[in-house]
Amino acid sequence: MQTHPAKRIEIIIEAPLLRRLTDALDKADVPGYTVLPVLAGSGKSGPWSREGQVSSAGGMASVTLVTTVERADQVLETAFAVVQPHIGIVSVTDCEVIRPARFA
Amino acid sequence: MDAILSLAAANILSPTVLFFILGFAASLARSDLSIPEAVAKGMSLYLLLAIGFKGGAGVAENGLTVTLGFAMIAGIILSASIPLIAFVILRAISGLSRVDAAAVAAHYGSISIVTFVAMTSMLDAAGIAFEGFMVAVAAIMEAPAILTALLLASGATGKKGVDKDLLREVMLNGSIVLLIGAFAIGWITGVEGLAKIEAFIVSPFQGVLCLFLLDMGLIAGRGMRSSRQHLAPPVILFGVLMPVIGASLGLASGLLLGLSVGGVAVLMTLCASASYIAVPAAMRVALPAANPSIYLTLSLGVTFPFNLTVGISLYLAVASLFGG
Repeated sequence: MQTHPAKRIEIIIEAPLLRRLTDALDKADVPGYTVLPVLAGSGKSGPWSREGQVSSAGGMASVTLVTTVERADQVLETAFAVVQPHIGIVSVTDCEVIRPARFA
Repeated sequence: MDAILSLAAANILSPTVLFFILGFAASLARSDLSIPEAVAKGMSLYLLLAIGFKGGAGVAENGLTVTLGFAMIAGIILSASIPLIAFVILRAISGLSRVDAAAVAAHYGSISIVTFVAMTSMLDAAGIAFEGFMVAVAAIMEAPAILTALLLASGATGKKGVDKDLLREVMLNGSIVLLIGAFAIGWITGVEGLAKIEAFIVSPFQGVLCLFLLDMGLIAGRGMRSSRQHLAPPVILFGVLMPVIGASLGLASGLLLGLSVGGVAVLMTLCASASYIAVPAAMRVALPAANPSIYLTLSLGVTFPFNLTVGISLYLAVASLFGG
């Protein structure tokens, strides 16, 4: 099957900032993204868990999106402007897609 | 003194406090006991709905008084000014950075609605009345502390003013909307409305509170287990000292306002408690450089258990002494 190169961007962000990130992605006309819940983890700022939390303050969320190689930098800049001062991870992976027009 | 001791003993041996202690101990012992996130959120919504509605129905029954307006103004002033005192104490004794101290201070100006519920449950059990509008005072005390903290931290962050989005998020925080909304509905529908849903919001209340406090105990214990290294002894001392200072301000304000003994005890509890819902989320957005392990662990792992086991009995005893 014919496939096309693309970039998969994954952003792990503090839950209270999730809406700010998705608003920024919407403004940047990103064609789509998926928000996933994450259970628990640990990093430079210590361990965290969403278990039993009555507030979103201690939790994190994951946002995944696929974009064209040409648009990846612009999307990264948009995402990083929100994530930069906060706890979080932004990673980029090369991937292949079957319908490239959906990610332009 | 005997009355104070018997009150404290009755409180510590109440099912709600014992369930909190069970959760705390289970978590410290690394038990796998846990409450699913959705259940915890559902219980939180239930408790907010129930206390808001009952408070509104209480106001409908007893009528509006000018004291409500003064109590609301006092709530705003207390919430905005307590962080200033907390900030000065923290900077003097703890060695925390300006941003960390401001973030912690915000938690102590704002309120813990579960501590409020614990106090009102104790008052109900003892047959002591309190003003129903204290629910509205609790809601209004959530936000001003956040603005004071941002002002205190501005020297270190360089940020001037408050982000409008953040302000909207704080003012329309789901907990505040439900609490005020349920209060308004209780007020509109009055005692008749309360009678219609009494089976839902009155009888099961204590049982749900037990389960909720079990979860709070688990969260507090988990926080203490994983983050206690972030709390130096002076910071822990602050977590026990600050509620007493806040309660003293609440006592003075309650007496000036002419509140009932129950009302004074509730205001003392509001001033003594530290937020763990609205403020931590706001601090993550506004002060990302502040360490959440410090303010969340201090608020949930030190001050909340102190207030629940010792504080609320002490506040009621002192309120009875001065107001009775």
